[in-house]
Order: sequence, then C-alpha cells, then structure tokens
Amino acid sequence: MSEMQPLVQRPEFVHIAVATRAFGVVEKPLTLWERMSNQNFARKAFILILLAAIWQVYTTILDNALLFPTFTATLAAFWDGIVRLGLLTRAAFSLKVLLMGYSAGIVLAALLTIIAISSRLGSDLLETLTSMFNPLPAIALLPLALLWFGLGNNSLIFVLIHSVLWPVSLNTHSGFMSVSNTLRMVGRNYGLTGFRYVGKILIPAAFPSILTGLKIGWAFAWRTLIAAELVFGVSSGSGGLGWFIYENKNQLEIPSVFAGLLTVILIGLFVENFIFRTLEARTVRKWGMQS
Amino acid sequence: MDQPAPLLSVSGVTLQYKTKEHLITATYRVDFAVFKSDRFVLLGPSGCGKSTLLKAVGGYLRPVEGKITLKGQEISKPGPDRMMVFQEFDQLLPWKTVKQNIMFPLTASSKLSPKEAEDKAMAYIEKVSLSKFADSLPHTLSGGMKQRVAIARGMAMEPDILLMDEPFAALDALTRRKMQEELLQLWQDTRFTVLFVTHSIPEAITIGNRVLLLSPHPGQVKAELNSTGDDAVDPATGRRLSEKIHHILFSDPVEQKEVAHV
Repeated sequence: MSEMQPLVQRPEFVHIAVATRAFGVVEKPLTLWERMSNQNFARKAFILILLAAIWQVYTTILDNALLFPTFTATLAAFWDGIVRLGLLTRAAFSLKVLLMGYSAGIVLAALLTIIAISSRLGSDLLETLTSMFNPLPAIALLPLALLWFGLGNNSLIFVLIHSVLWPVSLNTHSGFMSVSNTLRMVGRNYGLTGFRYVGKILIPAAFPSILTGLKIGWAFAWRTLIAAELVFGVSSGSGGLGWFIYENKNQLEIPSVFAGLLTVILIGLFVENFIFRTLEARTVRKWGMQS
Repeated sequence: MDQPAPLLSVSGVTLQYKTKEHLITATYRVDFAVFKSDRFVLLGPSGCGKSTLLKAVGGYLRPVEGKITLKGQEISKPGPDRMMVFQEFDQLLPWKTVKQNIMFPLTASSKLSPKEAEDKAMAYIEKVSLSKFADSLPHTLSGGMKQRVAIARGMAMEPDILLMDEPFAALDALTRRKMQEELLQLWQDTRFTVLFVTHSIPEAITIGNRVLLLSPHPGQVKAELNSTGDDAVDPATGRRLSEKIHHILFSDPVEQKEVAHV
C-alpha cells in the first residue's frame, strides 16, 4: 500500500462538433397542456373555479340561505343588484372616493419621502411619523374627521389618505435606502442631482419596493373605505358599496350582502391581476429585478 | 525638460474616511501625475487605499490634505468628465437597454442630442462588439458583456479621463484575459486616458504604460515604474518587471502588515 499508484496514461483526442442536423430535437413547441399550465391566467382561473365549486357544494349541504347563501344565489343577487339596485353606481361611487384618496395619499407620500432622502433630519421625521401613525387604524380617525370635515366625501378622503400615506412612504423610503451604492455613484457620476437624480435613478431602482407599497396602500384604502361606509353609513348622496352591504344586512337580504362582498372581491382581483400585474410585467419583471 | 502639463495631478493627497467606529487614513500624502493618453495603473495589495484614491479622483471624497486637479481645475464633485467603470456588474441601469444605458449619460449631461447620442452609442457598441445585443436588457447579458457595456458607456462620453476600479476582477480568468486585450485594442483606436486600479501584478503590467506602486495601511507611494506591456527583463538587473514589482511590494517585514490590520 505504501507504493504510490502511477497516474493512468490516456491518449489525447480531439472531436469535431456534430452538425445540428444530426440531432433529433433542438427546439420543439410545447404541448397545449404544457402551455396552458404556464399561463398565469389559466392557473388562477382554475383556483377560482375550484373555490366557487367548494362554496357551492358546502352551502348546498348547509342549506341555510340566511347564514350562507349558495354561490348561484349570490350570483343571482349580484345580477339583480346590477339590474335593479344600482350596484354598479354604488361601486363606481366607492371607487371614485377611493381613487381620490389613494392618489392624494400617493402624492403626499412622494413629498414625504423626497424630504426624507434629502436630509438625515427628514429621514428621522419620516421614521418617527410612520412609527406613530402607521399602527393607528384609519377608521379610528373617522369620528375626528367627521367633526373636522363634516359628513361627506372629505372625511372619507381624509381617512383614506391616512391609510395610504404611511405604508406607501415606508415602502418607498426603504426602497430608496436599499438602492445599491454602485447605482448611486453611477447616477452622481453622470452629474445628476436633485429631482433628476431621484426621478431617473432612485425611483426606477427602488421600483420593486415602491410597487409593493402601492399594492399595500391600495388594499388598506379599500378596507378603510368599506369599513368607514359600513360603520358610519351614508355620508352623502347615494352611498357606496359599504352602505349597500349595510342596508341589505338590515333588510336580511343576505344574498345581496354576499353580492356586495363579491363586488369588492372582483374589483380587488381585477386591480391585482390586471393593473398591478401589467405594471409589474412592464417594469420590474422586464428589468430582471424580480423573477 | 519640455514636459507638457499633466492632465490629472494628485499632490500630497491624504484621504480619510469614517466607519462606524474608526476614522481610517486610507492614503498618506500621495503624489502622482497622469498625462494625456496614459494608461496609468494604481497597483497595491488590498488596504493600500487605491480604490479610495480613485473615488477621490471621481469626486466622491474630498482629500483632507493636498489637492487633486484635472486640467488645472480642482475636483470638488462627481461629474461626467471623469467616467467611472466599477467592478460590480450592477453598475448598468437595469431598466435601460444596452443602447439606452450608453445613451443616457450623453443626453443627461446635455452633451449630445438624442439622435447624435444614439449614433455615438451604436458606434461604441460596435467597438465592443455587442451590436447584436444593443436592445437587450442588462440582466440578460453575461458578466463580461456587462463590463464591456460599462466600458463602452464610459468611452462614449469621451471623458477627460476614464476611471476604472478593478473592472475585470469579478470575471473568470479567460474572459479577463480577453477583456484586457480588447481594452488595449480600444486604446490603440482612440488613445483615451485611463486611470486603472488593480491588485493583480500581471494585469498592471499588461494594461499600464506607467504603474504606481502603493504600500498598505495607509497607502503611500512606493515606486512609479514604466511598463512596455510584455513583462520585459531589465538589462541592468537581469530581472523581469514582475519580479521587480513583487520585490518592491513585498520586501517589507511581514509584522508591519499584521499590526496595521488591527
């Protein structure tokens, strides 16, 4: 054993690469099934159908329309709501208030984060404010808002801004903070300063976080709005979706309550899967910043 | 004795930077001068402040002592007259294609109109042989290709001086060799001035026509040597340039290095 094994001697060789024609498959289209399962849309639709089926089966067995109406009964109430009870105008009313509050919140968040990144004191200000107000439920401010702004859209917009501003600022700021030092140096190397530096370097580089902030802000705004309408009812004119749900609950029109909830869910699905997903596909995914 | 004025002059520069706990002196009274079309290499072991020195030339850091001047003007802030090429692959803007990345500094500094910038960008993309990838996004390129784009971007600006901070250090050895040859070829074409930081002796000898050797902790000038690029034997001493550099850099007693690290 003490003797060393000699290295195995092998001849050298050189191959010439085989022409591609000789291969069986270099490129082959996927089957329909494979392509379907690659479609995000198809997969999600499958999940939705499955959930609806479970709902239908469970409620049919339960057989108590007052507690939990069946999926088909909800659909019927949904249709009835659209045709007879003006569900769509209610939804449009809610959406209008929502968009006003949401966009105002985003503008304020942008201002706040720009202040925050331009000085250390500004950054401390943002951190302090977000830690103070972010945990404060927007709905808890509604009584105060009603006192200050009266019954009406202004109060709703105030609480919406509160619900959007903090999460969006927090995410945007942390996105800015995590922009790589190299990219920052590149931007300054080009001689960019101030708003051009923020707009051309920091915002695109922090876009994954900003997008997350926008999504969270959107969800918070929805919750706040529906809750505000539910708790305090009609604030002006016809009232929104929350009021629709509240009214129908009072009249024990439970399928219509479900139809109202279904509308909230449908709008949520639409915004997430069409608007945010398209935005994502055109930005962070395309840029390879998110897989 | 009829020497032209240097393009970049670094005189008596002491650089310090703060970490959370320490104030660190990166370089102590460093002097050197870069002339037009020089391929000037800063070489030294890690911790000799060569990257810090390059950042100071880039304008990211002000010297606590001494002066850095470019064409007689003191450097006070970063600017597009000194384009940087970094070691990191993430220096390209991920939301811009190769062409847009090269065009962006040209238009952002209002040096050229968008149309002219595009023509210039395409010309330099061709120079680094990436024409096929002009419309690709950076995340689809390999590391070497990204560095070629970064070099094209720096060169397209036609800056007074190109600052390169170990641009090939993160590449594999084969790509690295190829990139060094390409850089020299590009230099043959346009004779740009470059200040190049590296810790590799062979790379310094290949790339540079003038090599500044720095000692570590803090960085001080040890020597400034000429290089012909082929690691030539000095007829006087019978030693190769690489041996000479090695000797100068590592002749210190070892303890000095160890103590300084604490």
